[in-house]
Amino acid sequence: MNAKWMMGAVLTASMAALTIPAQAAESKLDAKTVEIVKRDFQDKGIAKADRVNQDALQAACSKYQDKLPAKLKAKMEGEQEATIKLPSDDKYMGDWKAGEKLAQSGKGMTWSDKAEDPAGGNCYNCHQLSAKEIAFGTIGPSLLHYGKIRGNSIEVQRHTYGHIYNAKAFQACANMPRFGHMGILSEAQLKDLVALLLDPESPVNK
Amino acid sequence: MNTKIILLLTLTANGAAIAAETEVSDSARIAQYREMISDGNPADFDEMRGEELWKTAAGPKLATLEQCDLGKGPGVVKGVYAQLPRFFKDTGRVQDLESRLLTCMSTLQGLNVDEIAAKPFASEKKPSDISSLTTYVVGQSKGVKMAVSVKHPKEKEAYEIGKRIFSYRAGPYDFACSTCHATSNVRIRMQDLPNLNVKKDAQAAYTTWPAYRVSQGLTRSFQWRLNDCFRQQRFPEPKFASEATVDLTMYLAVSANGTPFAGPGLKR
Repeated sequence: MNAKWMMGAVLTASMAALTIPAQAAESKLDAKTVEIVKRDFQDKGIAKADRVNQDALQAACSKYQDKLPAKLKAKMEGEQEATIKLPSDDKYMGDWKAGEKLAQSGKGMTWSDKAEDPAGGNCYNCHQLSAKEIAFGTIGPSLLHYGKIRGNSIEVQRHTYGHIYNAKAFQACANMPRFGHMGILSEAQLKDLVALLLDPESPVNK
Repeated sequence: MNTKIILLLTLTANGAAIAAETEVSDSARIAQYREMISDGNPADFDEMRGEELWKTAAGPKLATLEQCDLGKGPGVVKGVYAQLPRFFKDTGRVQDLESRLLTCMSTLQGLNVDEIAAKPFASEKKPSDISSLTTYVVGQSKGVKMAVSVKHPKEKEAYEIGKRIFSYRAGPYDFACSTCHATSNVRIRMQDLPNLNVKKDAQAAYTTWPAYRVSQGLTRSFQWRLNDCFRQQRFPEPKFASEATVDLTMYLAVSANGTPFAGPGLKR
């Protein structure tokens, strides 16, 4: 037992001796990366240089290449969930036709867009939605028949709204932008997208 | 020369026709294009323009760039692009081709490189000298095997930082390069995306830039490619030939090692 314990202690100590300098080198590179990025990007149009400053979630996902340790992942998701502001009227179903237009538009927030240009939802860039639109991206899952499968109970409506508002509440390092949290889309626009996904009349559910 | 002009006109017309159609099967159409122009890419014009510039005395010092050291000694152009970026002793920095051209334009020709770096890309109205020079030098590495070194500690560091910039998420959309380029077999709308963490994809993508963009009617450099990626990432603008862009290029160039360089390429 003693010998085992000692061997364990020696192993742990030598592993620590190996990993600590490696970790120090890693953090030094991480720090230098941030320093270089902050120095080497400049304002252009509406895209100001301070956009490279990361919030805690962006920094963590970058550091771990989107694979967070379980504890940190849970913590981050909790923090993101707390940012979700549901509409005060508890109503979620907007106009699916307006939602479809938003879903089609990939515009907004680049340095070649103007401040007054409305941002689109960018949905078809990454998702299949209406069966009629065949030019859809595949970075995100298919959302065809989203409402047909789930129904449109108030719980489903709240969840769907919350997911578009801040997808990181459900998957910390999801690819999907935080459309509500980052102020990309308004409350009314988010409701139009909820309707696109959940309204039985929407082409998504045909 | 005349046949080349006719070819270019035909290509432009084709480009317009294709833009008017739906976006279906870009890759198939581009493959068709490549077939059609297998003995002449409109980027050839930019290469010729760049060669002319390379050999013409310019700047306050009225010198040509023919003594420029791109890594294989003064004046050597053949094969240099397949080994860039690399560490240069005289500047103490890792430099990509554009960054190194700026050094030569400053030291040999006495030009104000800040002015050049402030407006480095061609437009429909105005060609860009540094972009044409890049196309010329790159063309001299066609068929040369990619062999970018990470032996020097600064090269290794540039690679490591480039890799981190690749995963650096920021901006209103939380995007990084890796959001679109770290998964295989995905696309945005109908546009296929290379997974740049996979060697085969990285090789195919990296070795075909710079490229003549049919949709823009211009030859675009790798610096331009990175710039436009960051625009779509909703980032602010990367400074031209800055350390951030050189390090990112280093990461991607090393990932492309081992395959013959194939640029200047041709893209939609």
